[in-house]
Amino acid sequence: MTVHQPNSFRTGPDERGRFGDFGGRFVAETLMPLILDLEAAYAAAKADPAYRQEMDGYLSHYVGRPSPLYFAERLTDHFGGAKIYLKREELNHTGSHKVNNVLGQILLARRMGKKRIIAETGAGQHGVATATLCARFGLECVVYMGAVDVERQKPNVFRMKLLGATVVPVQSGSKTLKDAMNEALRDWVTNVATTFYCIGTVAGPHPYPMMVRDFQSIIGRETREQMLATEGRLPDSLVACIGGGSNAMGLFHPFLDDPAVEIFGVEAAGHGISSGLHAASLSGGKPGVLHGNRTFLLMSEDGQIDEAHSISAGLDYPGIGPEHAFLHETGRVSYLSATDEEALAAFQLLSKLEGIIPALEPAHALAKVAELAPARPKDHLMVVSLSGRGDKDVPQVSEMLESRL
Amino acid sequence: MTARLDAKFAALAQQGRAGLVTFLTAGDPDPGTTLELLTGLPAAGADVIELGMPFSDPMADGPAIQWSSLRALKAGQTLAKTLDLVRAFRAGDDTTPLVLMGYYNPIYVYGVARFLADAKAAGVDGLIVVDLPPEEDDELCLPALDAGIAFIRLATPTTDDQRLPKVLANTAGFVYYVSITGVTGTATPDFDKVGAAVARLKRHTRLPVAVGFGVKTAAHAGAVARGADAVVVGSALVETVRTSLDAEGLATDKTVPAVLGLVRELAAGVRGAVRAA
Repeated sequence: MTVHQPNSFRTGPDERGRFGDFGGRFVAETLMPLILDLEAAYAAAKADPAYRQEMDGYLSHYVGRPSPLYFAERLTDHFGGAKIYLKREELNHTGSHKVNNVLGQILLARRMGKKRIIAETGAGQHGVATATLCARFGLECVVYMGAVDVERQKPNVFRMKLLGATVVPVQSGSKTLKDAMNEALRDWVTNVATTFYCIGTVAGPHPYPMMVRDFQSIIGRETREQMLATEGRLPDSLVACIGGGSNAMGLFHPFLDDPAVEIFGVEAAGHGISSGLHAASLSGGKPGVLHGNRTFLLMSEDGQIDEAHSISAGLDYPGIGPEHAFLHETGRVSYLSATDEEALAAFQLLSKLEGIIPALEPAHALAKVAELAPARPKDHLMVVSLSGRGDKDVPQVSEMLESRL
Repeated sequence: MTARLDAKFAALAQQGRAGLVTFLTAGDPDPGTTLELLTGLPAAGADVIELGMPFSDPMADGPAIQWSSLRALKAGQTLAKTLDLVRAFRAGDDTTPLVLMGYYNPIYVYGVARFLADAKAAGVDGLIVVDLPPEEDDELCLPALDAGIAFIRLATPTTDDQRLPKVLANTAGFVYYVSITGVTGTATPDFDKVGAAVARLKRHTRLPVAVGFGVKTAAHAGAVARGADAVVVGSALVETVRTSLDAEGLATDKTVPAVLGLVRELAAGVRGAVRAA
């Protein structure tokens, strides 16, 4: 590969919203003025200490940060290699890392005077986080969700409704996350004057990938401080699951310029990459343009977007954040994949060994820890992002495991 | 370089009337029917043909055009087959301007240089690619201009006077004014506002202004034609395709007459419009 290695991996995106060749602003003209407004509003907010202060207050007292960095002793003993730490994002209010980003965007929407918030959601974690903060600040909330996902994530659909949000089941296309995102974009184009689109991952047109990364980078910043305080040095490796890739980007970003830190992203391999039924855009896709950005996508030879397949609705997206595409091409981050079966095994293993039921999304990261950790020495410090808790997945997993338990 | 488009709009100006731009999705419900429709359009009163390149994820389109894309893709339509249709149409018609409309990804995957060469050779006059704003001009707009294909930009109600020059800078052929903030085929535009918006655009450009999104009937078309240089109708036509299909989604002997019948009505609406002074 002849990809240029930058001096720093943390300087992106450039003024055009590009990470290398990835990213950009591929949206309809109706939305462009709004995207430019958003970019300016975010730059102003970032420079305003009052915004930072307001956010820090809610992060401490509403979200419950910092989240613990927990030494998983029994998991470590089980694998017999690296010392495994879990970054406990599942302990955040609403049960996942999603709330970090939504808080930042909702406070920004309030500064911009927007009263109506729209969002798309797959597993429902981003929808729940958005509905929660809209309830907290008295904002109208509309969440688009593929009709298939509405069916398989009933607990989260109920939660969103309880919080006062309108959940719109999307019947077009494959009726999953990508179609929910199309429908949210259609709503945004139609109601552009009043509406703020709260995107749930590090994808979409610039400035979203950068903005969501910035909000999620608190995961990596805390991990850095906590590891230095506990072990007196930086971790040796980081592992996180990737759908769009926001929890991963948040953990990775503060460490990108520490060359000694090995970084692993884990995509959903579904029934296996060779089966064609997976959600691994980097391992099984190629560069293309969708939802406002250029990135790796699952698609046909004719450029038609394929459906993604994963046991986890949260990873079931045919694309990936453009900064991950860049980190993949430069080789800074190693991208692996875990199958549905491997994730299910890891889901049960963590439950039994540590008394923590993980969401199916981070179960993919844990599945690869099973391969990575045993091969590392005992003084190797490995941090795994436990991006969400498994309550929402329990009904789905119980159906699948009933015959085996 | 945009000879067919320029000649058409010059002729329309001479006749003192607005033009009719008709949109159909290539391969909906099958390539043979699309070709039959294309060859019938000019005689039915279409002045410019807009042919949709189907895409799996048409974010800027409403349900009517979404479904037409899905019908075409299900029937096996590809970008290469869409260019075949243009070539076949051009074999019998060397004057009617034809522009392709769609999304960037299929073109990007086909390869921009190869696409432009093949489109030019097939007889394509212009491109409307809705997810390429001026900020991404070097992706396709500038190479298209170099290749002698017009890149037709959309201007919208959210495009203010400060932004308009940027939107118009590399636009050729005509400017497409999107009369509503929304997706295709949904709300009906406020025709008074459309007139004012076209007048505003005219202060910034000498290019013809075509107006579309939400124009469904001959009366709508007539109302828009009072102030615009052309009227674009799409969703109403692909809906007519849909309602003419049989239970299996196949074309029937009603399909072509129904669509061309609506085009005749729309053309009469456009031609009967009394032009604003």
